[in-house]
Amino acid sequence: MSSAQGPPQRVVVYTPQSLLRSPGAMFREMLADLRRSRELAWRLANRDIRAQYRGSFLGYLWAFITPLVNTAMWVFMSASGVIKVEVPDLPYPVFVFTGTMLWQVFTESITMPQMQVSASKSMVAKLNFPREALLLSGLYKVFFGVLIKLVVLVPVVLLFGIVPDAHLALVPVAMVALVLAGMSIGLLLVPVGTLYSDVGRFVPMATQFLMYLTPVVYAMPKLGILAKLFGSNPITPLILNGRAWLTGGATPMPYQFIAVVAGSLVLLLFGWVLFRLAMSVIVERMGS
Amino acid sequence: MEGEVLIKVEDVSKKFCRDLKRSLRYGLQDMAGEIMGRPRTDSLREKEFWAVKDIGFEVRRGECLGLIGHNGAGKTTLLRMLNGLIKPDQGRIEIRGTVGALIALGAGFNPILTGRENIYVNAAVLGLSKARVDEKLEEILAFAELGEFIDMPVQHYSSGMSVRLGFAVAAILIEPDILFLDEVLAVGDISFTIKCLNRVRELMRTSAVVFVSHNMPLISSFCTRVLVMDHGHTVLDTDQPGVAINHYYGLVSGAQQVSGSGEAQVLEARLEADGVERRDGLVIVPQGVDGAVMVHLDTTGVSGASELYVHVDDATLTQMITVPTLTDTGGDLRLPAGRHWVRVPLGRLDLNAGRYSVLVVVRDPITGITRCRHQGLAPFTIHADRVHWSKFVRPAVAIRTDE
Repeated sequence: MSSAQGPPQRVVVYTPQSLLRSPGAMFREMLADLRRSRELAWRLANRDIRAQYRGSFLGYLWAFITPLVNTAMWVFMSASGVIKVEVPDLPYPVFVFTGTMLWQVFTESITMPQMQVSASKSMVAKLNFPREALLLSGLYKVFFGVLIKLVVLVPVVLLFGIVPDAHLALVPVAMVALVLAGMSIGLLLVPVGTLYSDVGRFVPMATQFLMYLTPVVYAMPKLGILAKLFGSNPITPLILNGRAWLTGGATPMPYQFIAVVAGSLVLLLFGWVLFRLAMSVIVERMGS
Repeated sequence: MEGEVLIKVEDVSKKFCRDLKRSLRYGLQDMAGEIMGRPRTDSLREKEFWAVKDIGFEVRRGECLGLIGHNGAGKTTLLRMLNGLIKPDQGRIEIRGTVGALIALGAGFNPILTGRENIYVNAAVLGLSKARVDEKLEEILAFAELGEFIDMPVQHYSSGMSVRLGFAVAAILIEPDILFLDEVLAVGDISFTIKCLNRVRELMRTSAVVFVSHNMPLISSFCTRVLVMDHGHTVLDTDQPGVAINHYYGLVSGAQQVSGSGEAQVLEARLEADGVERRDGLVIVPQGVDGAVMVHLDTTGVSGASELYVHVDDATLTQMITVPTLTDTGGDLRLPAGRHWVRVPLGRLDLNAGRYSVLVVVRDPITGITRCRHQGLAPFTIHADRVHWSKFVRPAVAIRTDE
């Protein structure tokens, strides 16, 4: 047997054992890989953002075109009386626009992990690099989008004569919370979602449905079963607080907000472990 | 440093599933197993087969292990396990040191970005920092020889250009203890290929290499040891690449193919040569000996005379030798209707080491109609210690004059 001599070397052993058999080593590796993946993640995000805007005429505008069109649609429907919406305290366009912008952050974060893995399939199948880089670069891209949204949101709110107060500083916190919640759900879906395309079809449907149970385009009902559903929906506090902080309101659901963030963090960690465990199986089944 | 074992593979096996639906379901099962902390099941489930079975070897620094075998023999699967992409279902793999892989050249290239921008992306995917790229940028640019095209979007590159860039990035930047190569060396034009090969040779000196290729001259000139794989198993493990290559050629089933009008038939064809050896169903001929083919023909159904051609085909069915048959007076041989044994000398068999077969053609000398074309007859293997690049190999005494 030779070893010991020479400089210390990275020794890696591959066996059929589950990584969970030595959880300590696994967590150490997770952290090490996260650290190792920073530069790659930055490069990949940089690459994708550049390519996306170089290959598009409207470029950065796309970050809020969808919410804008969405808002226009709802405002039109409301104004023409097709639907009857009542929202407290805010002009309806502001309510819808802030709602859809915040909601979009959430849905983008849900789809991000799967999109990242699918887009890099051939790379994942052939090369060994820290897979965390895919998630981290996805996160960078989402935050880039958030930044653009913030730049647009504040002037729009001001335009309608609403003056935000000091709570405005908390808006990024709401955004981060939405990203965490979305990403933790999305990450949990990756292992099965990469094997079966059904998940990818199901997610937009489910988020669409969930949107109507969240005060995005209309206010939270006060009574009845719908009120219960809205109240127990974990995204409700995130949207409500985000909107309130943007538009100079008080903090409507502080404890629920903290609870959701804490829950998301736990879920995210769990999802990360799952992602790591599943990765070799995923690579094996998707071929090269 | 020299000579430590860097790659250690012990009884490694991997199974695959033939059926996609089932494969996905097994994928879910395996994921669940991972989460429950169970090891992989080591028995075959329905529709599964061993893609790699009980493979074991060690590779030391400075050694190059070649993996050869047909498509689907398990070479690439084995390489993917070594690279940590997929887990073995049985056995154990130990990797010591930094791994470099010349696989999937240009991974991470985005078509819209320029070549220069993509260098950084590709390098990052390979785990190399921006600082290191900056330091080596000139060398990469010089190696890739793309000139001003380096600032053009990669989507407008020819496939050769992007492969060149990919190879340049990987080959210049990595300094691996362990190097994996999978069919990437024969890229670009000949001058670029030579450059790649030289670079790989440099890398090989200080690393343990695993090399997958169908290019036998490369295997022969790079490898210190060769594993011949067939259906996931090691069928031969030897430190004589020439022997391994012969064995590999022996795995090719010599398919015969008959065409033509059917008026004539080849009943039998036999190769005769000095020092020919027949073992394991192979006919092994030493390189450079004289050979001949004995052909047994039936032309009873033919009205009129027939002319006879004998050819030697290589493994790709390229005709290497053509023998138009003559009579001893110098005219063309004409076969009357009937049955004949004809002995056709092939001359010196100074063919490159490899697998060959005989093609017999019987034609109507007047109309040129092919009466019989029988391919894949009398398969034989030319044996030599080295496989060269050219089709013919003629060692010769060179005359030196000193000034």
